[in-house]
Formats: sequence, structure tokens, C-alpha cells
Amino acid sequence: SSQVVWDVLGNKQFCSYKITTKTQNFCRNEYNLTGLCNRSSCPLANSQYATIREEKGRCYLYMKVIERAAFPRRLWERVLLSKNYEKALEEIDENLIYWPRFIRHKCKQRFTKITQYLIRIRKLTLKRQRKLVPLRRKIERREKRREEKALIAAQLDNAIEKELLERLKQDTYGDIYNFPIHAFDKALQQQDAESESESDAEKEEEDDEDMDKREFVEADDSELSDFEDMDKLETSSEEEQEEEEEVEKKASRSKSKGKTPLKGPARRKRPYIEIEYEEETEPSTKTKAA
Amino acid sequence: GGGAAGSVAEDGGPPAPQRVLFPPTFSVSEIKNKQRRHFMFLRWKQQQRKEKLAAKKKRRKEREALGDKAPPKAIPKTIENQRVYDETTVDLNDEEVAFDEATDEFAPYFNRQTVPKILITTSDRPRGRTVRFCEQLSTVIPNSHVYYRRGLALKRIIPQCIARDFTDLLVINEDRKIPNGLVLSHLPDGPTAHFRMSSVRLRKEIKRKGKEPTEHVPEIILNNFTTRLGHSVGRMFASLFPHDPQFIGRQVATFHNQRDYIFFRFHRYIFKSEKKVGIQELGPRFTLKLRSLQKGTFDSKFGEYEWIHKRREMDTSRRKFHL
Repeated sequence: SSQVVWDVLGNKQFCSYKITTKTQNFCRNEYNLTGLCNRSSCPLANSQYATIREEKGRCYLYMKVIERAAFPRRLWERVLLSKNYEKALEEIDENLIYWPRFIRHKCKQRFTKITQYLIRIRKLTLKRQRKLVPLRRKIERREKRREEKALIAAQLDNAIEKELLERLKQDTYGDIYNFPIHAFDKALQQQDAESESESDAEKEEEDDEDMDKREFVEADDSELSDFEDMDKLETSSEEEQEEEEEVEKKASRSKSKGKTPLKGPARRKRPYIEIEYEEETEPSTKTKAA
Repeated sequence: GGGAAGSVAEDGGPPAPQRVLFPPTFSVSEIKNKQRRHFMFLRWKQQQRKEKLAAKKKRRKEREALGDKAPPKAIPKTIENQRVYDETTVDLNDEEVAFDEATDEFAPYFNRQTVPKILITTSDRPRGRTVRFCEQLSTVIPNSHVYYRRGLALKRIIPQCIARDFTDLLVINEDRKIPNGLVLSHLPDGPTAHFRMSSVRLRKEIKRKGKEPTEHVPEIILNNFTTRLGHSVGRMFASLFPHDPQFIGRQVATFHNQRDYIFFRFHRYIFKSEKKVGIQELGPRFTLKLRSLQKGTFDSKFGEYEWIHKRREMDTSRRKFHL
């Protein structure tokens, strides 16, 4: 009658455990020994059959004989195999003695494969595992959207440019960029606006310096900012001022003055003024407006 | 439809209208036919728009009519304006904060006692994109080294790093061939920050980019780190870069915080004049979102967390930000 079963299920009609692919047929039955859909591997079409299955890391030998074909509940007999590989093979042999060679061989092969993958599992769990965290679609979408909006609100380019100009104004760059006059005027204006009651001495001093510049003297610019806060450079203006000051870096920076590869177009021409002295002799030079 | 609803049987006599009766209105949503409903809705919308336009024009006319006496323009509400005030916002002159900062783990860096030395690594088996990103990141951050992680446990490499004088460890986590996480750990026992990284753009994907970043030490810009937490994160970023930027290089690295997203950009700038500066983006760009800040070095099980982003509690308000 197993032949009948095979004739019906195997090749001709429908078997719910069968999966067909282009080259091969597979059997999804959990008691199948090889996983393929064959006449000798089908657990339904063989009245005498055996498999190895593992549960929670222990391997069991399942056997089905024709005497119990009428009792589905007691159909599969289960034998626990020992943890020792060789001993388990012997147990398989002694349980399946007088059974067809094919089944014995395949059982042992399957048992070998199962023990190998169990060993691998145990080894892998000792190493670091990658923890898989499920993504939540709604949250991902929300975060992405919020990030886009934040990017638009940030106006990064403007913010960076503003910050750089701020730093230029605060003279953190010192000597490198030659826009001193303007910044100087600005500083003047600022001072005027803030405190008119400031010491006149200071004002005069600044006026003098202004004049100095206009006289085409190589100003040292060291009166202007100092490298007061290098720390200002790394923290934005919102962070509080660091107490430490750094003075020795000035040296390295003024050295760098030599290299100005791209300052050509950016360099401002100083207004050239010649001072006319009133004397008896006719001045030969003309004065140019500032 | 009848308009006399409600005034019946008030007195029992002739229905004296004691209440004002409104004409029967219909709401657009009660029309059963979809096409007609759609049509009515569009018409209603157009009407609303017209009314709004008319109101705007009227206001503008009034404003012009008043001239100088007009009330000042209303400031539009933005999310930044409406932000829920965070009590841990740092004042510029807060002494306690200043004291804390003088004694926290970054003090030696800010006192210039230590020079930053960064170790960049990835998670296991990094794919091409991540590898290239690490390389580019190491060109951006001076004095940094990229090492492959071949199955080494972080807890074991940390003591080795400390022994070799590294000050920071940067681990880029990868998922499905793109980098998606960043763990920044300040080494000699410093805080560890875990970020989620998104929108990573390598150099070749950036349009109009300049040449490669040079070896000069870049400047740093840290924007918008207002709260205590933001402050410490900002200091963490600052401590990655050597303290003294080389201005000849004209490079600037920006960490801009906006609504809890930290945008990183790397630019080269040039001052065209007093008021104008041109910037050109080089280098990779990415955005970070802080997930957790841990007090010690990286230790996921026994570490002491200073701050974890708990979605249920912290994401309830759209106007509340933590950095």
C-alpha cells in the first residue's frame, strides 16, 4: 500500500508537502530524512522509516514501523541519542539494525550535519552577536521628515558665513586678512555707540593709529585684538568665555603671513596719501584724496 | 429643510421666536456624492483664500495709512521661537557651569595638557561605503588613525587604546552597507556618546565640492548647543580637534545643532571682502542625533547613563528639544 500512496501523491497528484522548483522537488515534511521528494525519502510513502530530529540541542531518532500504521498517535517512536558523537552513531546502528542500508546511511549523515550545526551555534553565541533592533517604520519616517525640516530651518550656509564674519570682526584671525581699516572704523563706531564716556586717551590713541595707517606706515596691528581667546574659535559665541588665554600662538601665526596665495584679489589697496607741507617752495606733488 | 426647528411648543401658543434662528447651513462634509463634495470643497477653499487675500490687503492698506504709527510687524512663530524653555539652558555667565567645565573630563584638553589622538574604527565586516567614509573622516580630523576591527571586542581594545595614548575612540556602526551609527568615546575614562547617523554623503556625492581637505588643522564652529547636555556634547566634539587651528588652511568644521539634529559640514572659506565670505564644501557630511550619553567609557551593560533618549517620554512635545 505504500506503493499506492506513492503513486497517488508522489508524481501524479497533489502532495501538500511537495515543493517543485525548476530542477528538483523538495519535501517539506518534518519527518523527511533528506528533504527531497523521492520514492525512498517520502515518510508517507514508506511504511518503515526513520529520521533524526533535534530538539533544544538534543538529537532524537524517530522510527516508524508498519505494525503501528493503524495508530497514528503511536506511529513515531522516539529514542534519545547520547551526546557523545560515536556513541550516538552506535545507538543509531543498533536501533536500525536490519533496516535498509539507505535509511541507516542517511540517518547517520543527517545526525552528523545536525551535530555540526549545533556546535557552530554554541561557538557563535560565545562571540559577540549582532543585536538586531527592529526599525519602526512610522518613527523612521517621522525622524526623516523632521531632519529635513531641521535642515531647512538651519540655513547652514548662512549660519557658517555669519559666524566666520563674526570671527573676522572679532579679529580672531589677526594679521592674516588685510581688511583692517574697515574693521577699525567699525570698532570705532562701536566704541562711540557703547560708551562715549570712555577715556579720551584711548580715543586719541585710536585716532592716532588711524592717522598712522593713513600715512602708510606698516602698522603692527598688535594693538587690535589679541589672541585673547583661541578658545573662542572652537566654541560658539553662546558658550561662555574660557578663562585661559593663549599668547604664544601669535608667533606661529605671524609667520604664516608670508603665505598668501589667494589673497591677491582680496587684498585691499591702501589709500595713498601724500601730505603736503606748506612751505615757501612750491610743492611739486599733488595730494590725493583719501 | 425647515428652519423652524426649536421654536415649537415653547409657549403652547403661537410660536414666539425667542431665539434667533439661523438659516440652514450645510457642511461640505455631509454631501454623499464624492464628486460633488469635492467640487464644493474646492469652491469653499477658493473662497477662503479670497477672504484671506482680502484681509491681507486691508491690513496692508491700514498699515500704510498709519505710516510711522503702525504697530510693529508681528513676528512669525517658528518652532525655535516656540521652543519649550529648558531649565538646563546654559547661561553664558553661569558660575556653576564654568566650575563644572573646569573640572570635567575635558578640562585637560582645554587646558592644553593633552593633544587629541583619535582612533576610528567600524563594526565588523565593513562594506565599501563605510570604509571610504572612515578614510574621509580621518582626513578631516587631524591626527586620527583608522584601524579595522576584525571581530575584536570593544571592551578589550579600550585598554589597549589607553595604553597607546589615544584620547578618543570613534566607532562607526554599519547596517545594510551604509553607516548608521556613531559611538564617540573619550578615552581616559570619559563620557561616551552614542549617535544615530543619517544622510551620509561622501565626497564624491557632494556637488560643487573643492579639492581634498589638506593637512591643516581646521577651525571649529559649534552652533546652538544651549542646554547642559548640549554643552557637554559640544565640548566632546571640540575635543576631537587640536586646540590651535591653522588659519592658513582656511578650513572649518561645523557642528550645527538644530532641533536636536547635529549637522556636520566641512568647508573651505575665503574672505572676499569685509562683508562677504565664500564657502565651498569639501569633505563628507552627515547628521547625528544623540541617543545616549554614558558617563564612563563604552559599556553597554553596566555603564552609568547620563542621558538616554526615551521615545515615549521625550518625544511627546513637538516643541521640546534636549540639546
